[in-house]
Amino acid sequence: MVKVLLWGSLADLAGGAREVAVEAATLRELLDGLARDHPGLRPELDRGVSVSIDGRIYNDSWFTPIGPESEVVLLKRLQGG
Amino acid sequence: MSRIHVTTTVNGDATEFLCDAEATLLDVLRDELGLTGTKEGCGTGDCGACSVTVDGRLVCSCLMLGAEAEGREITTIEGMAAGDTLHPLQQKFIEMAALQCGICTPGILVAAKSLLERNPDPSEEEVRYWLAGNLCRCTGYDKIIRAVMETAADMRRAS
Amino acid sequence: MALDDTKKTKDFKVVGTRPNRPDGIDKVTGRARFGADMVAPGMLTGRILRSPHAHARILRIDTSKAEALPGVKAVVTRADFGDVPDHVANVIDNCMAGDKALYDGHAVAAVAANSAAVARKALKLIEVEYEVLPHVTDVDAAMKPGAPVLHEGWQQETVPAGYSGNVISRVEFGHGDVEAGLAKADRVVARTYRTGATHQGYIEPHACLATMSADGQGDLWVCTQGHYMVRNVCAAILGMEQGQLRVTASEIGGGFGGKTVVFLEPVALMLAKKSGRPVKMVMSRSEVLRATGPTASTSIDVRIGMKKDGRITAAFAELRYQGGAYPGSPVDMGSMSAFAPYDLENVKTVGWDVVSNRPKAAAYRAPGAPMAAFAVESAIDELARGFGLDPLAVRLMNGAKEGTRASYGPTYPAIGLIATLEAAHTHPHWTAPLGENQGRGVACGFWFNFGGDTCVSLNVTPDGTVTVSEGNPDIGGSRASMTMMAAEELGIPYDQVRTIIADTGSLGQNEVTDGSRVTFAVGLATIEAARAAKREMCKRAAMIWGIDEEAVEWEDGAARPAGPNAGKFPPMTIKEIAAVASNTGGPIAGHHEVTAEGAGVSFGTHMVDVEVDPDTGATRILRYTVFQDAGRAVHPSYVEGQFQGGAVQGIGWALNEEYIYGEDGILQNAGFLDYRIPVASDLPMIDTVILEIPNPGHPYGVRGVGETPIVPPLAAVANAVSAAAGVRMTRLPMSPPRVLAAMQAAKG
Repeated sequence: MVKVLLWGSLADLAGGAREVAVEAATLRELLDGLARDHPGLRPELDRGVSVSIDGRIYNDSWFTPIGPESEVVLLKRLQGG
Repeated sequence: MSRIHVTTTVNGDATEFLCDAEATLLDVLRDELGLTGTKEGCGTGDCGACSVTVDGRLVCSCLMLGAEAEGREITTIEGMAAGDTLHPLQQKFIEMAALQCGICTPGILVAAKSLLERNPDPSEEEVRYWLAGNLCRCTGYDKIIRAVMETAADMRRAS
Repeated sequence: MALDDTKKTKDFKVVGTRPNRPDGIDKVTGRARFGADMVAPGMLTGRILRSPHAHARILRIDTSKAEALPGVKAVVTRADFGDVPDHVANVIDNCMAGDKALYDGHAVAAVAANSAAVARKALKLIEVEYEVLPHVTDVDAAMKPGAPVLHEGWQQETVPAGYSGNVISRVEFGHGDVEAGLAKADRVVARTYRTGATHQGYIEPHACLATMSADGQGDLWVCTQGHYMVRNVCAAILGMEQGQLRVTASEIGGGFGGKTVVFLEPVALMLAKKSGRPVKMVMSRSEVLRATGPTASTSIDVRIGMKKDGRITAAFAELRYQGGAYPGSPVDMGSMSAFAPYDLENVKTVGWDVVSNRPKAAAYRAPGAPMAAFAVESAIDELARGFGLDPLAVRLMNGAKEGTRASYGPTYPAIGLIATLEAAHTHPHWTAPLGENQGRGVACGFWFNFGGDTCVSLNVTPDGTVTVSEGNPDIGGSRASMTMMAAEELGIPYDQVRTIIADTGSLGQNEVTDGSRVTFAVGLATIEAARAAKREMCKRAAMIWGIDEEAVEWEDGAARPAGPNAGKFPPMTIKEIAAVASNTGGPIAGHHEVTAEGAGVSFGTHMVDVEVDPDTGATRILRYTVFQDAGRAVHPSYVEGQFQGGAVQGIGWALNEEYIYGEDGILQNAGFLDYRIPVASDLPMIDTVILEIPNPGHPYGVRGVGETPIVPPLAAVANAVSAAAGVRMTRLPMSPPRVLAAMQAAKG
């Protein structure tokens, strides 16, 4: 299981937990697992999120590997200028 | 509406064109004569991207009518280099990275050349005030001011 | 073959030097072609009719008189676009209003005519019947229940009850217990800060030239930060297949985020489609200011608690950003970045995305971050000065470093904040004497940096020189940087490589030039494309020598036997290999397609001295120094240029620039005379100190540098002005009347 840190207001939508555990070995499995286990997160996931894995930020790469000890943090989808 | 026939000199070449009475010199240069090196950033004389010289005087070509070019000598950025030999300001701007996007560059070069023709040894403050009518949003002006000062020094040494 | 992935600084031959840029001569001679510089045979001029009202229902548009005017070839309204896919619904609504005009300057119709004069006349013949509605342009007013609501039913599930429908979303970040942390503080600063909306202020107005053929093929020439984005968005709006629309990026005369979206392009294509003629559209400056992306105006509450020794015990910020007429203000990023430079046990940010009757905010250089940094860095400065502490020492004490848990969640890898603070602390600027009415300010800033979809194609010509094709408009010297990285990797001189920006038909998808991504992501792809070409050239040399590929290595522009056992062959240069390419398997190329991730966050510290005129309240910038981590500075002159340009845009935001709306909701300063960006005589030289803490996510250690420089200056200047004026300034811009009023109020 991978521990995923949610941002404050997202936690409210996942039943109040700031950290949830998901069975996932890749970014895609992580996002699918979150949507499946925590339907309250779906609107935000559908709007798009960025994910920090061990301090590096990923937007799109589904098959980015995630280790069981990886630090995984959900972020609002990033946009630049 | 009949168009006005104008006979003038542009970058040393005898030039004729027809223009509407309300057409600016900038419109004529860009749309009639194909000299698109002169840029339009505002159309109100505030940004200096359209700087040209008329009988040696620095003007915003967006504030002058095309018809007013009759009998004048117009110089634009396209007239700055001599063939494939760049003017020292042009060369220095490239070497000192005094441009980023390059849209304000023609106007700034025309204005800076005009300054150095009047004042071959300007202080930093004089360069800054002379170019205060030429907006640049990319560079913060630092490298532009340095390039003008350094060109002036080179030209003084060469003369 | 053996490839060394981790080059040492001393090994670089091209990276770190300052060659002339490849587009330099074109740009100093006027030959470079920008958006408005292109013509096509039979070209028409397109113009847009804009709403004179801040908020109005469009009851009826009658275009018949305009259509009847001789010389008018097409008139377009929203009805011409029909239904569009959901993901571009707001995009087309911003380009051409639907049921309602939502801000002063909102497009409502467009014409194409055989001259600009006819087009202007035609606009006057279009009859629009409006029902004027109440409007709101202030962020705090827009949030209140009872405010005129722009869009019914758009509020997200994240917003609690009790707010107006203009509040689109709420977001919260942080960790720890803020209230408990504040209780431990020796002093708490609690203030509300406000920033005005500013425009990116690129000198080149938006411009494009569109062609649409009856068979459904389209061509577009456009100044944009992302021509692939333009293609995809326009294709969706016009119901075209992406492959049928070829978009070519012109030279771009500044963008800063403001050219990451479309405004004219779908309209120009529709006019071209209806008229069967090429249509050129160029905005006026007032159109640029009224209808293209300014940034959000903001209202921000901050509470920070500090111990007497300077340690921050807790930090809280509530950020309210109005992003104009559609959702998507950069408040999320403001909320995530606000406290990113600090190592905090207790931290929380709350962000509110609010719509109002202003043009939709577009990205502006580190979108959302400068305003948040203004509020946070001002409060930290006030606390530090209140305790008589050195503001840089306080930041060093609390600064984030490797292993710090960021306020937005992740744990930082190696980062450069402390290096910038230490460089600032030991710089002579920090201890230089100040005179009467003068003050010094410092502030830190953070930006995420991005990667994204990127394609590069590198071709070896028959004479052994190299061309690089990339898909990101060159906004500040990136062709030079790509050329340098290709030359570095191939071991050949800079002048043996030429880089071009390819059109959308030539490469796969490329993300917009944004997020400080180009030198990082396109650089990475360029290096990988060069490595692919090197592998191919080693293979060709191996064939010629009759040895194993693995026994060949590439060094200094030539294939060489990898060791004494590989055989004794003289090196084969790229020119020699290219000359016989047709005999050894065909043309030689390398290409790389990637979704670049791992961009590496960026930090900077700015220091500024100002003098405030006690009689007028006018501020003069006396000295300015930027300290920033660049990972690896590929072309140091262009890194310095980014630092300097960002700092000066921030100075403008701090001192002069602001969208001013009247009670009628009309923009009052839609020109460069009244919307005053910094000019040369306003400024001193902008000194720069480049730190290089390599980014492990890039083969050469490159980090993006373009956006971070605009984050600290708002606060740095405000801290300096506050010190000089003897009163804390909490509202931007710090125009002379505001500063004077604050000084007089402080005196009593």
